[in-house]
Amino acid sequence: MPDNAISTETIIQIERVSKWFGDFQVLQDIDLTVRHGERVVVCGPSGSGKSTLIRCINRLEEHQSGRIVVDGNELDYNTKHIHMVRCEVGMVFQQFNLFPHLTVLENCTLGPMRVRGLTKKEAKSQAMEYLERVRIPEQAHKHPSALSGGQQQRVAIARSLCMEPRIMLFDEPTSALDPEMIKEVLDVMIDLAETGMTMICVTHEMGFARTVAHQMVFMDEGRIVENAAPEQFFSNPKNERTKLFLSQILSH
Amino acid sequence: MIRNKAPYDSYWIDALVLIAVVFLIVYVVYRVNTVLVYNWDWSFIPGYLFRWDEELQSYAPNLLMKGLFTTIRLAIWSIILAAILGFIMGMMRTSRRLFPRMLSRLYVELIRNIPPVVFIFVFYFFISSQITPLLGLDNISEDSSPMTLKVLDFLLGPPELLSNVVAGIICLALFEGAYVTEIVRAGIQSIPKGQVEGGMSIGLSRIQLMRYVVMPQAVQKVVPPLASQFIILIKDSSIVSLISIQELTFLTMEVATSTQRVFEIWLFVAAMYFVISYACAFGFSRLEKRMALHKA
Repeated sequence: MPDNAISTETIIQIERVSKWFGDFQVLQDIDLTVRHGERVVVCGPSGSGKSTLIRCINRLEEHQSGRIVVDGNELDYNTKHIHMVRCEVGMVFQQFNLFPHLTVLENCTLGPMRVRGLTKKEAKSQAMEYLERVRIPEQAHKHPSALSGGQQQRVAIARSLCMEPRIMLFDEPTSALDPEMIKEVLDVMIDLAETGMTMICVTHEMGFARTVAHQMVFMDEGRIVENAAPEQFFSNPKNERTKLFLSQILSH
Repeated sequence: MIRNKAPYDSYWIDALVLIAVVFLIVYVVYRVNTVLVYNWDWSFIPGYLFRWDEELQSYAPNLLMKGLFTTIRLAIWSIILAAILGFIMGMMRTSRRLFPRMLSRLYVELIRNIPPVVFIFVFYFFISSQITPLLGLDNISEDSSPMTLKVLDFLLGPPELLSNVVAGIICLALFEGAYVTEIVRAGIQSIPKGQVEGGMSIGLSRIQLMRYVVMPQAVQKVVPPLASQFIILIKDSSIVSLISIQELTFLTMEVATSTQRVFEIWLFVAAMYFVISYACAFGFSRLEKRMALHKA
């Protein structure tokens, strides 16, 4: 993939972030910088804290120490900051989390109408645009339950994009999908990468990671143990645990 | 041919049970007819449903019909109030803030842990005697225009009994509202966490999440248990007869005392309750089916 311009401007700054679930420390002194237009892939064994980390970025989880600054807004107890961050950060979940009582189109127009204040007409035409981009405009009037998993996940991507975010977070977007549907979702994500969107993806799809990532992050036991460019990450990982993980995941 | 045999072949048990039940009914009827030596006489009942009004020169509802109308009014108004109260309290019950949660919890626990009959007396002596004068219901018939009185008469029954009926409505609504609260709470909590997270990720506020994401789904889920709660409410309305709300059960007691025809009147009133409750159950099940169709 062409290395389209990453600016030098930092868009997400994570400094010494820690978080505990009870006595268990899920995040330990995490430092991560993401620049505007950069694509970061986070991987690691399950329970390593990678989902928790990206859920902290739009405050679905609260970090307990350290600092997270997203596009100039520090995530603290000020709900205004949280709201501003959420308006600029889209998120795609493993379980899609579409609204089952709304049609595909209504799923996509809810945020723009209620949060961005678009009229119904504007929101609709914008939603159709994004549904075309994820290649399912013909499903617009169905309910999510009538769609396949891959289609639902693409709707979820469109729903996030309708908010015109500057950053997109993907939390294992293909993990709940049947193998034959993974590709259609990854293709849409690659398209999105080509537009220069800042993306952070938690995924085990190493082929995808190799294609789109600028920065590979490997986490284990709540720490970032390796942070490198993909060429180096895949060919010459420094950390023993990264090596083990890669050999396990790439062997099949 | 063995393979075609029905998997359930204990029909003889069903037959046995049926015979036993029929026998029991026959025996009870026999006992009533021979041992009790009771002369059944149903002829007085129509007279208590409607009476000939000499002044108006037409039939007017008599005690039983009046009671039925009051029961229906009581039920409808207290269902509406209980639903409003229950939805507000149910949402407070799932609030993130401690105070609304505690308030709603207190309400639910207080009501659920007091027997209905006791609650009604407590309500009657300490609460309703304070509320109705406050609402100024006692002198409403003197102050209001004939038109308002007519509307009131249709909505809440005869003006002279207004404070009586209102007390009954508030009492039932408070009582049933606690159960509606629990149903609504369960409905809200049954919505998966992912729905809230999905909504938060597109920037919806707490209130917007409730309004556009959680409640529409919760309402669909609570319709069936809510319907059965409302049917329970119709039947429970008979307990307000204890505080002399002049509904069906209360007036039936009067008829029973004055006619001494206890068996007939109570059987007849049981049938009346059955008809309205069953009609409601039927209506609700139709509504549910239609909602299910609509969803698909």
